[in-house]
Amino acid sequence: MERQFDVIGSRAPRLDGPAKATGQAVFADDLSFPGMLHGAILQSPHPHARVLSVDASAARRLPGVKAVITAAEVGTVKYGVSPARYDETLFATDKVRYVGDEIAAVAAVDLATALEALALIKVEYDPLPAVFDPLEALAQGAPLIHDEFPGNVCAEVHQEFGEVEAALAKADYVRTDTLKNKRQDGGFIETHCAVAVPDLNGRVTLYSATQVPHYVQRNVAMVLGLELSKLRVVKPYVGGGFGPKAEATPLDYCSTALALATGKPVKMAYTREQVFLHGRARHQFIHEMTTGVTKDGKLLALKHRAILDGGAYTSFGIATVYYSGSLLGGPYRLANMKYDGLRAFTNKPACGAQRGHGGVIARALFERQLDLIAKELGIDPVRMRLDNMMEVGDVTCNDLNMSSLGMRECIEAVRDGSNWEAKKGKLAKGKGIGVACGFFVSGAGYPIYRSETYHSTVTLKVDEDGGGIKVLSASAEIGQGSDTVLAMIAAESLGVPLELVRVESGSTDFGVDLGAYSSRQTLMSGHACRDAALMAKGRILASVAAELGVDPDDLDFKNGVLVSRGPALDIAPLRTRYRKEHRGWPNLPDGEALCFAEAARIAFLAQGSIVGTGQYKPPQLGGKYKGAAVGTSPAYGCSAQVVEVAVDLETGQVRVESVTDAHDCGRAINRTAVEGQMEGSISMGLGEALFEEVKFDQKGRVVNPSLGEYHIPTIQDMPAMKCIVVESDEPNGPFGAKEVGEGAIMPTIPAILNAVYDATGAVITELPLTPERVLRAIRQAQAANK
Amino acid sequence: MNKLALTLNVNGQDHDLLCEPSRTLAQALREDLGLTGTKVGCGVGDCGACTVLVDGQTVNSCLMLAVQAAGKAIVTIEGLADGPKLHPIQAAFVEQGAIQCGFCSPGMILSAKALLDANPAPSEPEIRQGLSGNLCRCTGYQKIVQAVDAAARTLRGERTVG
Ligand code: FES
Ligand code: FES
Repeated sequence: MERQFDVIGSRAPRLDGPAKATGQAVFADDLSFPGMLHGAILQSPHPHARVLSVDASAARRLPGVKAVITAAEVGTVKYGVSPARYDETLFATDKVRYVGDEIAAVAAVDLATALEALALIKVEYDPLPAVFDPLEALAQGAPLIHDEFPGNVCAEVHQEFGEVEAALAKADYVRTDTLKNKRQDGGFIETHCAVAVPDLNGRVTLYSATQVPHYVQRNVAMVLGLELSKLRVVKPYVGGGFGPKAEATPLDYCSTALALATGKPVKMAYTREQVFLHGRARHQFIHEMTTGVTKDGKLLALKHRAILDGGAYTSFGIATVYYSGSLLGGPYRLANMKYDGLRAFTNKPACGAQRGHGGVIARALFERQLDLIAKELGIDPVRMRLDNMMEVGDVTCNDLNMSSLGMRECIEAVRDGSNWEAKKGKLAKGKGIGVACGFFVSGAGYPIYRSETYHSTVTLKVDEDGGGIKVLSASAEIGQGSDTVLAMIAAESLGVPLELVRVESGSTDFGVDLGAYSSRQTLMSGHACRDAALMAKGRILASVAAELGVDPDDLDFKNGVLVSRGPALDIAPLRTRYRKEHRGWPNLPDGEALCFAEAARIAFLAQGSIVGTGQYKPPQLGGKYKGAAVGTSPAYGCSAQVVEVAVDLETGQVRVESVTDAHDCGRAINRTAVEGQMEGSISMGLGEALFEEVKFDQKGRVVNPSLGEYHIPTIQDMPAMKCIVVESDEPNGPFGAKEVGEGAIMPTIPAILNAVYDATGAVITELPLTPERVLRAIRQAQAANK
Repeated sequence: MNKLALTLNVNGQDHDLLCEPSRTLAQALREDLGLTGTKVGCGVGDCGACTVLVDGQTVNSCLMLAVQAAGKAIVTIEGLADGPKLHPIQAAFVEQGAIQCGFCSPGMILSAKALLDANPAPSEPEIRQGLSGNLCRCTGYQKIVQAVDAAARTLRGERTVG
């Protein structure tokens, strides 16, 4: 039976819209405090060098400088993302490993003075040979970047499910293809920023432009030796994250250390160039896949090898190298899968997580292969995908459970929405059409550090006067709209209009929430929020039922008023009590039914403050093999896209002319926000396919560290997008909801590649699709056809 | 360094300030006048987050010196709403879902205002042209284009907001 909702599924405008439209929304760099100092970080100009000495004495003597910190002051506690792989220290002591590695930091009365002080710090380096290419880094005799990691191997993954060689031997058709991408940048418009404000009791509040207040709090406290209770992390409005803001940055550590050293607030921000130097965005992947099928296109086996260029430190890289294999387990039926992944260290900024973590390029190659196979076998690519599609309840060979899966509906929606059948094979010269699918987790099944912690807690407090509801959550609204989603879930659960709900989020004071990564906020924080709301509602209804002498199970709220499934209610005595407290007030409730404010007030008079709490951690998830923690999730979102391109056969210029996108997000909490995630994902995928590449020179320096030279899509690059929201009822999601923020990027790159292939016959094995590269591939295809 | 005395007319109000000749308009607005609605995403003219209107024209305030703006009429995002009532462009951005993280929004909205002041009925390509100096990483721009179109219709009296 279709459930009816009052708030969920609507197009409610986001709660923070007016503040953001008027400039009132406060981002980290907008904060200012009396006596605030400005900090800056000294970064290595060498890609690989021994640090022989650091002399900050002249900097300390510069008037206006309030503190200088080096490893001598802050120590060398190792940190990183995954505790098993902590390999960074705040400041280099023995070696620097990339251009940008941190040496020291300064706080001064203004930024100019801080920068002047940096120039006075004398560092003696002994340059070492450096290596920038992952294959060279893995070769014998390459310079060793970390003594602990022989051969510059950061991580190796070897997994086999089923029997790949045997299955390939049985295949009617086997082919091998390769694809490599380039390092990408997050490209968020707000650079990282942190402001640390000490108080007189030895506590610090750290305002940080982060996706993960919880992990920032833990890491900064650990590295600086603070008790957790001494450090509160608050996330103001954040100008986009997409992954690279999902770990504590040197700004977080340094501003806190400098605030403690000086007793003053300290603000630090990255310049745009420093965002590129900090990195932590999409890895470079080099994939090779061998896929075997039967003659009618049934998938039999996949053999997959990947090499990742990780940069100088591990960061999220362990998860990345696992995701890059595990996310190919679905959404097609594939019984046999072998994966060998290897992440190499190089003397470049570390790579980390970015939208579609680890899976984007692997997905791109696999979906490319499906098209090439379909062509070889003379099967329509849409047909081929439908024929291999998993169904609800299927479990992948690597134990991912498709507890809901609207994949088939998504393909059919984009097939019909794009008019595929009228276009495929019938387009004019230079025009092409391509399809691809993808799927992604709705929240990582496990926290980053080993723990039985709840992944999300929510406290919901009803105002004592009954008139409003406040949701307190440590979750991270970073632009994706999670505050609005939580408010909608709270309103729906309580049975009140959305206007009654306020959300305060992003502070570690509000509880535990692992933050905005792995597309987890809607499902996980949404669960906790729903449970908190239901608890508060239960308390109110208990009081009201006692007063009315009815069974609380017969009562509920709908659209802000009390409804009864049982006998008619005599609310007059309760209303009289409420009215007595509000003598002289205009606009008192006078409808037939008791309104929420009256009921909540009556409950307060009986019980004191009405508070509900909720918490969520995922149920036991499948997978006992090594690495099973990466990829398992309570639910999976999935999507399909059809892209149409025009390729200029003379210049190689590719233009994406339209995208038809369908995404199964479970139950859509907010349709506008779902579409927004779909459209934003397409733009990021389009940028990665066509333009984006962080380039380095021979000395390991980023040569295009600006938004002028690093080309993210402009409004002129973006085609018309038709976004179709496919809904399923995910049993593990609150109200049936699951992810949309990352799965939506998965099909974009391969759909573009498939469309370019359709337009030109050119097989392209390297991204981005620059005109030169495309033209070269077109020429090769033409030559091969002669 | 010698400081200059200058008067900036921002959102219809004169502000006297003393600032270094090298101070950018963005710095003066954000740091001296506390008008932090103007955002800085790059500081070098690439992103458009710092867009303000100077004598009705869009300007990257990170590239203009404060002294160059003296004596001119500057409009920032804080100057658009009429008290609590959003300007129709702002209202359309909220209603159409054209705002996600919101970091590009002040600049986008001001570019849209300059466009609609000059061309009350822009075509879609004209809207895209008018906003081509403003980068947004979150939205893919589609809802921004829709919002500007909706705002244009509101301003022409063809629709009322939501
Ligand atoms: S901050 Fe001025 S254009 Fe980017
Ligand atoms: S809404 Fe985030 S950059 Fe535009």
